Amino acid sequence: MSTERVGGSGPSAEGHRTRLQRWLEGPNTVGRSREFWAGFAVVLAALLAYPFVAGSYQASRFSLFLVYAFLGLSLSVVWGYAGILSFGQVVFFGVAGYTFAVVSINVATPLGITVAFLAGIAGGALMAAVLGYFMFYGGVRNVYVTIITLVSTLVLHTFMAQTAGDEWTIGEAALGGFNGMPTIPNLALGVGPAAVTFDSVSFYYLVLALLVVTYLGLRALVNSDYGRVMVAVREDEDRTEMFGYDVRRVKLSVFTIGGALAGLSGVLYASWGNYVSPQVFELAFASLPVIWVSVGGRKTLLGAVVATVGIEFVRNSLGGEWAFVAVGTLLLVFILGLPGGLVPWIHDAYVDYRGDTPTQNLSDRSVGGD
Amino acid sequence: MVNGLNLLFQFLDSFAFIVLAAVGLAIIFGIMGVINLAHGEFIMVGAYATTLANIRAGLPLPVAMLVGVVVAAAFGLVVERVIISGSVPNALSQRFLGRVVIEPLYDRLADSMVATWGLSLVMVQGIRITLGNSLDQIGTPLGKIAYSGFSYSTYRVLLAGVAVCLLALTYYVFTRTEYGMRARATIQSEETARALGVDTERTYMTTFAIGSGLAGLTGALYAPTITMVPTLGGSFLVEAFVAVVVGGSSVVLGTLLAGGLLGSINALFSNLVGTFFGRIALLVTAIVMLRFLPNGITGYLEHLRTKRQEGA
Repeated sequence: MSTERVGGSGPSAEGHRTRLQRWLEGPNTVGRSREFWAGFAVVLAALLAYPFVAGSYQASRFSLFLVYAFLGLSLSVVWGYAGILSFGQVVFFGVAGYTFAVVSINVATPLGITVAFLAGIAGGALMAAVLGYFMFYGGVRNVYVTIITLVSTLVLHTFMAQTAGDEWTIGEAALGGFNGMPTIPNLALGVGPAAVTFDSVSFYYLVLALLVVTYLGLRALVNSDYGRVMVAVREDEDRTEMFGYDVRRVKLSVFTIGGALAGLSGVLYASWGNYVSPQVFELAFASLPVIWVSVGGRKTLLGAVVATVGIEFVRNSLGGEWAFVAVGTLLLVFILGLPGGLVPWIHDAYVDYRGDTPTQNLSDRSVGGD
Repeated sequence: MVNGLNLLFQFLDSFAFIVLAAVGLAIIFGIMGVINLAHGEFIMVGAYATTLANIRAGLPLPVAMLVGVVVAAAFGLVVERVIISGSVPNALSQRFLGRVVIEPLYDRLADSMVATWGLSLVMVQGIRITLGNSLDQIGTPLGKIAYSGFSYSTYRVLLAGVAVCLLALTYYVFTRTEYGMRARATIQSEETARALGVDTERTYMTTFAIGSGLAGLTGALYAPTITMVPTLGGSFLVEAFVAVVVGGSSVVLGTLLAGGLLGSINALFSNLVGTFFGRIALLVTAIVMLRFLPNGITGYLEHLRTKRQEGA
């Protein structure tokens, strides 16, 4: 800061940095200290090095947890920031997965798969927009939104489970009922010779890159003016309406963004396992995003990512019969004892511990349970 | 081809299922403002206790059913004390940490859903670990009603009668007894009720135990007709959930009307296009109903009544 007026190239570089900072940092996210970004860089470096250390099999396994992180982020935006508890993020996840499967099986060229990738995300967003329009413009509020989204997952589960017959074949792609759709091609992006196909390690890096971009992009989003309106809707709908904002439109757009993110997750999921089945609409799976986001801290994006990857890693490693007992207990403990979630709690503890220099921004920050 | 008599039996069957599944959930939701997503697992506790009492302990079926009710009610009581009101952990933490750690889940709809969902995960998996993936089943008593090619289980049709009796009993309890009066006072205004000397904490505790006991009764009644797997609660939960939101705030009337409406839709579509579509039609009806009558059928009736009174 002291060199601001001295060096020739100083002001412009410094200017870029403050602009970036203003863009990424604000009252709606935790972590804006130098230490935070240093920690961010260390974790990122560790994740980049992971495939070299652990091998391609482990990297491929780990990329699934990163894929789920998009689903966690989508619920964090919708529930944590805009206050809409959606039990149906898996609807958009699953619809996107199925869309990707149908398009990519029919047109298994790199270009076709690129189109399938985009179509999947668009499918998730469209599904969310339709459901959201139906709910928010119909005046459905609060817990009834949760119930409609929950019931939507059940409808799709019941529906997809009965698509076993021959009449449920779209082009080359059979929907397959309970057995689901196998032989979904790997993700590929690009046209003709310039195309890249992603498998194991390259898929890991693609997902990691997308995740970092998404995380930073969402940070910018929730700290923008639009993000402030989003939080205002969460805090007090009627007052936000009175200030002249169209609450229905805000909710619909947030819900659609959430649908697109969940869709991205679903597309990556389908191409990760080369498989999608009605299991993605099951209640047990539908509840996982709620668990991740509750444990990590619903009002922080970082919490959603950390808890998703952490819980899925543990659940996958524990495996078998004790996994869901552990996850359920974790959820109970957090909802009852620490409703704000893990990441805000750690952050607060760290700020308390440092104690001495609470900057203006940190002291008016509003993270934590309500 | 729709056969009238067949349709009637199917209606009675799904009416009974929806009402019995919903009644305990509706009571807890209506009075405590708690959505118990572990309701299906409470039904599972009742069904398991009944089956174990009948098959392993050799008790006659009616006694075994009573055991199922009592076990579920007692379990509900423990859950209320430990999780919903948090009073047991809070008493402990007061003693050792000098502060409370849990805020009661009363009237925190979203949090109560998420917390009880956690409980249901633990319960399903806990039962699977301790008792395995399935249990022997009690045979369905009372034989079948048969006529020209169709046959229906007498017992399952009889359950429709039980459902109606249960609703009548619930109505009686909430309108004619001291507990019912206190409970209704607590819904109207918790603060005022407390100021007038109602122990609302005890009302909540009793309500949760009664709701759990009714879940246990549902489990006990259906134990002879369903496959005993740890996930059996799931099929009850969805119907119950949908009936409660479609019915609206009034426990008895709402459950009755929702059971009637959803039961007929389910029976009609199952008959016309198959069981799968019966279920889908039921769920879609619920979504559409919520869109147009966000406060449920009884909420709408209430709205009509106020409008008429204002007009008069």
